[in-house]
Amino acid sequence: MRLTEEQIYRYSRHILLPEVGGAGQEMLLKSKVFCLGIGGLGSPAALYLAAAGVGTIGIADSDRVDISNLHRQVLHYTEDIGKPKTESAGEKLEKLNPDVSIILHEGHVTKDNIREIIRDYDIVVDGSDNFPTRYLANDACYFEKKTLVSGAIFQFEGQVAVFKTQAGGACYRCLYPELPPKGMVPSCQEAGILGAAAGTIGTMQALETLKQILGIGEPLTDHLLVFNALNMSFNSLAIKKDPGCRLCGASPTIHGVEEVSQPDCAIEGSPLS
Amino acid sequence: METRKVDTQINITKEICPMTYVKTKLKLETMSSGQVLEVILRDGEPLTNVPKSIMAEGHKILDVRQDGEFYKLLIERR
Repeated sequence: MRLTEEQIYRYSRHILLPEVGGAGQEMLLKSKVFCLGIGGLGSPAALYLAAAGVGTIGIADSDRVDISNLHRQVLHYTEDIGKPKTESAGEKLEKLNPDVSIILHEGHVTKDNIREIIRDYDIVVDGSDNFPTRYLANDACYFEKKTLVSGAIFQFEGQVAVFKTQAGGACYRCLYPELPPKGMVPSCQEAGILGAAAGTIGTMQALETLKQILGIGEPLTDHLLVFNALNMSFNSLAIKKDPGCRLCGASPTIHGVEEVSQPDCAIEGSPLS
Repeated sequence: METRKVDTQINITKEICPMTYVKTKLKLETMSSGQVLEVILRDGEPLTNVPKSIMAEGHKILDVRQDGEFYKLLIERR
């Protein structure tokens, strides 16, 4: 692949970086990333991935744009209210960078289709807003040997982690083996969020994804980055692979992607995306 | 200065910063280690900055000389 004259200008600030160059840019253009959820985390993540020239971006979200999304889900505009989020996001991403093929996966991502969906991608960016979907993404990435860039946000706090089980690393279940008990999951009324905090986490997910594609720097694999917007603090905690993990441990009890059910009104939206 | 055989040439006299270096860098990426690139560039900003960036990425500047209204820079790819 040779960069066109227009691409040389579009990506000139990447090319200037010794760690990227023309070769790195070509790697980005050949890469394929799947964004699970195109809301508060997925919007900034997909925006930066598209701007960076990630050649193929798949997006999945079964929701439609609601006015209450707009303070944080920056790919969606007021005129998009009522539209499927995939469609709304796809339009913006295509306008931002025509080099990128946007693939819309409409409808629900389930235990029955997730493995097939992610199979064609290199990396999965989890911007989902609930624990069952996070387990679904984690388990599918484990079985399909894909890198998972996980993000979550709640009020002023956020977390980012990269799971690379195919390289012997920990999985999301090593970190969170079980669904949180009912009372621990915040109710809809508690699930407030400062939009820019979601933007910070989604942007860091994009960064880690780009680093993975380029193979540069110190990846956040086996680490959980915890961000607090009120203190503006970042803490990185090591995640240990759990030998007793039900999915990736020595004696696994999970042998395929299963549906994880969440107790009622323990919501959608917790932590929010 | 010994005369080295030039393998490839690029003219960046019409480019402005930072495309001067971007174009040079991309040309170097297409070459193999030890090959020599001749860059034709303008005096002033390009002549000040392009060689710096080239050296920062580990390439060797073999020669800089004036050639009419422009300059010629000889680079050995790392």
